[in-house]
Amino acid sequence: MTEPLLEVRDLTVEFRSGGAWHPAVRNVDLSIAPRETLAVVGESGSGKSVTALAVMGLVPAPAGRIAAGSSIRLSGRELVGLGERELDRVRGDRVAMIFQEPMTALNPTMTVGEQVAESVRAHRGLGAQAARREALRVLDLVKVPSAARRMDDYPHQFSGGMRQRVMIAMALACHPAVLLADEPTTALDVTIQAQVLSLVEDLKREHGLGVLFITHNLGVVALIADRVAVMYAGEVVETAPAAELFETPRHPYTEALLASMPRVDRDVGALEPIQGNVPSIREIGPGCAFAPRCAHAQARCRESRPRLEPEGAARSVRCWLRTASP
Amino acid sequence: MSAPAAVLPARGWTRRFRANPTSWLGVALIAAVVLAALLASTIWPLDPLEQNVAERLMAPTAAHPLGTDTFGRDVLARLLHAARISLLIGAFSIALAMTIGSAIGIAAGYLGGWFDAAVTSLLDVLLSFPTLLLGLMVVAMLGPSMGNLVIAIAITELAPFARVARAPTITLKGRDFVEAGRALGFSDLRLVVVHIIPNLLSEVVVVASLWLATAIRTEASLSFIGLGVKPPTATWGGMIREGFENILDAPWLALAPSLAILVTVLGLNLLGDGLRDAIDPRARRD
Amino acid sequence: MGEFLLRRLALAVPTLLLAMTAVFLLARVVPGDPALVILGDQATQEALLALRVKLGLDRPLPAQYLDFLGGILRGDLGRSLITGKSVWAEVLAVIPYTLELTLAAIFLGVLFGVPLGVYAAVHRNALPDTLTRLFSLAGLSFPAFVSAVLLLLVFAIQLRWFPVISAPRAGDVLDHLRNLALPAANLGLIMTAYVTRVTRSSMLNVLGEDYVRTARAKGIGRRAVLWRHALRNALIPVATVVGLYLGTLIGNSVLTEIVFNRPGLGKLILGALNQRDYTLLQGLMVFFAGLIVLANAATDIAYGLIDPRVRYR
Repeated sequence: MTEPLLEVRDLTVEFRSGGAWHPAVRNVDLSIAPRETLAVVGESGSGKSVTALAVMGLVPAPAGRIAAGSSIRLSGRELVGLGERELDRVRGDRVAMIFQEPMTALNPTMTVGEQVAESVRAHRGLGAQAARREALRVLDLVKVPSAARRMDDYPHQFSGGMRQRVMIAMALACHPAVLLADEPTTALDVTIQAQVLSLVEDLKREHGLGVLFITHNLGVVALIADRVAVMYAGEVVETAPAAELFETPRHPYTEALLASMPRVDRDVGALEPIQGNVPSIREIGPGCAFAPRCAHAQARCRESRPRLEPEGAARSVRCWLRTASP
Repeated sequence: MSAPAAVLPARGWTRRFRANPTSWLGVALIAAVVLAALLASTIWPLDPLEQNVAERLMAPTAAHPLGTDTFGRDVLARLLHAARISLLIGAFSIALAMTIGSAIGIAAGYLGGWFDAAVTSLLDVLLSFPTLLLGLMVVAMLGPSMGNLVIAIAITELAPFARVARAPTITLKGRDFVEAGRALGFSDLRLVVVHIIPNLLSEVVVVASLWLATAIRTEASLSFIGLGVKPPTATWGGMIREGFENILDAPWLALAPSLAILVTVLGLNLLGDGLRDAIDPRARRD
Repeated sequence: MGEFLLRRLALAVPTLLLAMTAVFLLARVVPGDPALVILGDQATQEALLALRVKLGLDRPLPAQYLDFLGGILRGDLGRSLITGKSVWAEVLAVIPYTLELTLAAIFLGVLFGVPLGVYAAVHRNALPDTLTRLFSLAGLSFPAFVSAVLLLLVFAIQLRWFPVISAPRAGDVLDHLRNLALPAANLGLIMTAYVTRVTRSSMLNVLGEDYVRTARAKGIGRRAVLWRHALRNALIPVATVVGLYLGTLIGNSVLTEIVFNRPGLGKLILGALNQRDYTLLQGLMVFFAGLIVLANAATDIAYGLIDPRVRYR
């Protein structure tokens, strides 16, 4: 296996609430290899977006912080503990992020061209003219039609799908090694969604990108992911190659999640919603976070927290039931 | 049901208000001014109108802690009695503006159509018209007297009340309980009194506390220009005017009433800010 | 852009008509007899009647209204009762002084207020923020004449840095600035307080926006994020509110001119008041109402220049 582009080890992100720090993300381990798409799935509030923000060094201070002992390595370089200036040299250049809302994530008072050119100017030190040419090249790359004319338009003059392409162009302008995509397609309708997904796929293949794709849509996962990490209440509960995860889910939460999602190969009548709600970060007990909602929970599950244990070469699962069985 | 905080204040606003130290500073300042006004004669029993030509323009002494003015009147006594006039004019004009302004706003919001359009654009002009100039014109037309001063200041402050009453009225009008009431055949007046006015009250009160500060400022400014309550009654603005005329000989004359106005208006602004933040913490539109 | 400009100006016409009607109503329907106010309690019936005829007050209200509007349409704001000069002539004679003062105040207010507001917003709830908020609230609590009197006391009377009475020698630029300094500082202080307050809250809103996070994710540096992305968007509401504040600014400049004994609209109004120049007052009111409506339109147009979304709608 090649050396991972991004390697997250034991990442814990805490937020201050009512005078105490509560972890929103706990001991997360993730890694992404070149040309690999890792999908991170989970319900809202499971810590997917916070994980991505932590990689970008964008955990909102002073309300939030990355706990001591966490490690985020990008092509071998440790990012945790870097100052704002050093982080600024990395983000937008070596690692870039696409946000969920293309409507609000673009600056309404700057032209699209300026916004794409800006990161090239900052990271490559190009002049205005050269940066503009580079921006045009990237806008063409993400297939914004008649980009030369449209780059002087403002975001509100673009459709939702086009805005998301502009977001991707901004992210890719400096050829990052890793792309973080936070539900980039949820706000788009299905055909546009498919176009954006295949665009990301093409870029991944051509440029050797590693992609971390956050979504709660298992259909999208099936379409694009090489591997999947399932998150629940701030923890990774299972990682597996995509096909294996759908075939043989090992964690009860993954099972429940698959059962609750509509799939092409199953009758809609068979959908089973998961009982209860994701616990808030302030009310997680000493045991397994999923235990209160788990149909198979035993006494041990409520008392102590399972670890993420490897299962075979490519999988791992955080569950007492699996650890116990031979 | 999710109610917008703009219409129904979130619970716990008293707690938020109490937790804000600057609102307490506001409360303390206002309490001090109101007490001073109420107990004026007890605190300092000199007559604010008694002239003493022998003791003209005296610098502060033990007998006259803030000195005396051109007519030898005691400045501290005048300062304390002026507080009454300023607060009274402010309170009356705000009460008047609040009543009429809210009524206009509710009517515009409730009736809608061309009436609403006309009222709204008129309010926009009124709102951006200089408070002072408008008050000045009205007093100039009516002639200076305490009653006319109240009317003039009230006119200058109709617009903010009308505006703050109008928007929630439109929201509430479309709500189920008002629609249902209408279907049941209740009169418009009854619907407004029972359903709309109680929901506006908290916001109108906040606006009142903020604009009371402006009212007091306007009164002082008009008195300073010479359009205030007729002499020899003491008002802060009038005292500054008299002090200003003697500013080279007796600078302390202008200083004391200046500070009095500053304390009162700052107190009211702090109080109003605290109330607003407490009632609608999301809209810190300071 | 041209279309946007025309559309906005056309929108000002009905507002202007409404404002003029309001001025008329205020001047005519307010209880009280202007003739009596002008001539005083001692006036004879004949004198009162003569003045009413001269002012056109004896005619029916609708006719007076049409006369009034007709005059405005022809650009005629009436004549001063005392000097006999047209209101326009009176206004044009003094407006450069007021304009100079007002522009200086806006300049100072933006120069100091915007950076202070940004600074406070960035350090939200820390000590500098609290101090800035208290400063701006105190600045807004001063009636303009109180701060003017205090400035005069300290800098002109005690320290003698500036003249007590503003009367610049013609042609002497330095002397001119020395005379402008205190009045401009007075208005500028209040303006700064106001701009600081508005910039702070607007900046706080903008800093929470998604596109600011996007900009940070691009790694373009903190200053670029703050000044290029956040401030430009934060200034949109600031421009509007500063435009709306123009009315108060004019009111404050009137008081400031009186305190510093400076020529300008303030002294013109005060003179009209003292001499009971009823027609000049009414003309000035029309002038101000028109000015305010146009200023509001100009504010909207400025808004369109900063915010492309408005322009293209």
